[in-house]
Amino acid sequence: MDISTQKTQASPPIPQPTDAEQKRAARGATRPGDRVFLALSRGSGIFLLVIMAAIAVFLTYRASLAISKDEANFLTAFEWNTGTIPPKFGIAVLVYGTIVSSIIAMVIAVPIAVAIALFITHYAPRKLGGPIAYVIDLLAAVPSIVYGLWGALILVPQMDGLFGWLDRYLGWTGIFSWDGGPARSMLTVGILLAIMILPIITNVSREVFRQVPQMQEEAALALGATRWEVIRMSVLPFGRSGVISASMLGLGRALGETMAVATVLSPDFDIHASLLNAGGGTFAQNIASKFGEASEFGRDALIASGLVLFVITLLVNGAARAIIARRKEYSGANA
Amino acid sequence: MSNAAIADKRPSTLQGARLPKWSPYAIAGGSVAVAIGIGLAAGLDSRVQWGLIAGLLFVFGTYVIAARVEGRRQAKDRIATSLVWVAFLLAVVPLVSLIWETVQRGVKVLDVYFLTHSMGVVADAEPGGGIYHAILGTLEQVGLATLIAAPVGVLTAIYLVEYGRGNLARSITFFVDVMTGIPSIVAGLFILSLMLMLEMQPFGFAGSLALAILMMPVVVRSTEEMLKLVPNELREASLALGVPKWRTILKVVVPTSIGGITTGIMLAVARITGETAPVLLLVFGNSFINANPFEGAQASLPLYIYQQWANSAGSPAAYDRAWAASLTLIAFVMLLNLVARGIARWKAPKTGR
Amino acid sequence: MAKRIDVSGLTAYYGSHKAIEDISMTVEPRSVTAFIGPSGCGKSTFLRTLNRMHEVTSGGRVEGKVLLDDEDLYGPGIDPVSVRREVGMVFQRPNPFPTMSIFDNVAAGLRLNGNYKKSELQDIVEKSLKGANLWNEVKDRLNKPGSGLSGGQQQRLCIARAIAVEPNVLLMDEPCSALDPISTLAIEDLIGELKERFTIVIVTHNMQQAARVSDRTAFFNLAAVGQPGKLIEIDDTERIFSNPSVQATEDYISGRFG
Repeated sequence: MDISTQKTQASPPIPQPTDAEQKRAARGATRPGDRVFLALSRGSGIFLLVIMAAIAVFLTYRASLAISKDEANFLTAFEWNTGTIPPKFGIAVLVYGTIVSSIIAMVIAVPIAVAIALFITHYAPRKLGGPIAYVIDLLAAVPSIVYGLWGALILVPQMDGLFGWLDRYLGWTGIFSWDGGPARSMLTVGILLAIMILPIITNVSREVFRQVPQMQEEAALALGATRWEVIRMSVLPFGRSGVISASMLGLGRALGETMAVATVLSPDFDIHASLLNAGGGTFAQNIASKFGEASEFGRDALIASGLVLFVITLLVNGAARAIIARRKEYSGANA
Repeated sequence: MSNAAIADKRPSTLQGARLPKWSPYAIAGGSVAVAIGIGLAAGLDSRVQWGLIAGLLFVFGTYVIAARVEGRRQAKDRIATSLVWVAFLLAVVPLVSLIWETVQRGVKVLDVYFLTHSMGVVADAEPGGGIYHAILGTLEQVGLATLIAAPVGVLTAIYLVEYGRGNLARSITFFVDVMTGIPSIVAGLFILSLMLMLEMQPFGFAGSLALAILMMPVVVRSTEEMLKLVPNELREASLALGVPKWRTILKVVVPTSIGGITTGIMLAVARITGETAPVLLLVFGNSFINANPFEGAQASLPLYIYQQWANSAGSPAAYDRAWAASLTLIAFVMLLNLVARGIARWKAPKTGR
Repeated sequence: MAKRIDVSGLTAYYGSHKAIEDISMTVEPRSVTAFIGPSGCGKSTFLRTLNRMHEVTSGGRVEGKVLLDDEDLYGPGIDPVSVRREVGMVFQRPNPFPTMSIFDNVAAGLRLNGNYKKSELQDIVEKSLKGANLWNEVKDRLNKPGSGLSGGQQQRLCIARAIAVEPNVLLMDEPCSALDPISTLAIEDLIGELKERFTIVIVTHNMQQAARVSDRTAFFNLAAVGQPGKLIEIDDTERIFSNPSVQATEDYISGRFG
């Protein structure tokens, strides 16, 4: 009721054209200058739509050229032989590798990112919050190839100890068995991806936590809640959907990351139970690694796998946006 | 009745037993010491493990001690606090390591010679050579991409904020969001599919096109945010004076937010400068200097790093060059970030914040 | 359960800014004490020093003593979390936890502070909602979210949540300022009933409200904007509104400023 109207008044002003303006814009402005400018700006917007359509159309077209000649099942085959006659290739390994590496990254990154966001908004001394947020932004600005180089030359050798330990105590599960080879495996890739997507998840979560209404937190405080109980009662319930969409954005990044995976992973075209042994592959990594020697047909096949990656990331990002949009309505009505 | 029940179940005093203020530091110090002890005794050679052990000991120790002295609720609060701190420190470790290693290893070969020479006569595994051709390529590719993406992005944002109503604006907004999530390698594949159809060989501008696709949505988003900050009163004041809308936008709205728009564009430039995947597919790389982005394979700084790493069969000289190029790239990107934020602060519209 | 509050020499800061200066007063148990005064005079700040909520705001700092019966809330070794459990608070805008049901909202404080059996919880929730005159309106939808109630109902829900933990003192920071007249009346009636069990302190902008609900009234004022707020006088409400001993109080009450 009156609460919600107050809320809308308090929100920042969003330009709302008057009726007259709207009509003028709708039928095209009358002056030549206005007409040219409107055409330019609307044209730019339409240009963006055309690009999106073109991406979908051209990728699909080139992909269909490759898939129509594929003698193996494109979805289930465990091989990538585009140079042989007949060509046989499939994305099963890539689907598996992409999902596994991204899941590892999410499992590691989401809790840490949420904790860091809480650290910045609720735990760090107030003067430290800003600089720390800035440092996290810097993490986001580091190019992925530098992460890749660091991952391959610094992180991989560091993993041996952890891998040995995992193999000794959890090796019996199969997932954590290790043959002692270089740690250029899915787990290392997942850890590196976690480091890379940490900033975006942190930043979005931080914004959400910062928007928790003061009065929600005070409600918990006044009942005699400790800081952690305030977070559990007020901050986390309020921020939940925001954290989910932040995680989905991070997931989108992890799914499509190319260079960091290509430098760290030692790929093969098989699915392995162990996360510690080298092998496997992801969509983006496979494209980058196979591209150099690929013929035109081989490139079309890679485009076909890229199309699948495109669709997956679209779905993930779309879900993230949908959650954000729903949250806006929710907080507008209730906060 | 229930009054009594409640009274029974809580302490009668406001006084809670509290651990002294220095106790977290003491527990932290203790855990690190014990972790080092365990690490040395068990012969664990990975510092990562030492850190993990110290972190676990700290969290566990805090809980046990606090639960003893202060009670379970306070102990939970403390464990949450220490977990949050541990998470933060955990995230700082890779950043510090990354910056430290890059600087320390990068400065070895980074000098004027390195910045002003190409790899033209140097074999991949041999020492010598430089990144001049790669810097040149990156600047040209990124520059051209910016020339395309910045105007398109800004104009689109102007359309969305100043004109856009109805289905067209809604679908543009939606697809800008979608475009933000396109993996860079997919943008590269798109241009690649065009090149396959036109039977073209790799060249610099093809990379620019893919980079422009990645840059546009970022520019649209940031520019939109900035335009929305311009108070409506300014627009109305100008329109009320009889100034046509397009001149109002160009003379009032855009100048008011130009600082923020510039910042957004520079941050977008910083982001695409580090992109490797599309460049790998479309520009291909080149050891020689090729100043023409419209013909022939070009080099690029991020691609140079990848190729020094990938094609060198573990040659230390190539690794040194890769680190030096990484240092150059990070320095450039950080500089862009710093300048962009500086502009944002300097030119911030007075209504902002 | 109700306890006496004894404040002596209390000064509160926001960073370097002194918000209220040298306030001393006694709040009697089982009575309603109203704080009135112009905007910015520090009455809400003072209220928040009584359950150590002031220090939650950035830079918030307090000097002086607040005795709850005989215990100094700002004494060494005092846990602010326990203080807030003993001194409950109701805020200006109703703030039920939006994701919790009506039942869970009322039970929230209890769940923090101890292990209760389900039947015990149900008893206390029912009793608290009855105490807040809300039981009849919500008894059929205890599992619905609290944010679905009207503003006045939400505020009474918040009161039920506060009294469920049986605090010694109940602080109310302009509890009716976001409500319509009918809901306001309902809350005022409720305050009259609650004072049988609790020590109640209420901040209000509405002088008629102060006159209607309170036994004693404290008038706060500030010399100028940017100056710290001070307690001008505290006396029986009847006296404050008929024959105050300080001229400024009379000026304020008769509407000559503020």
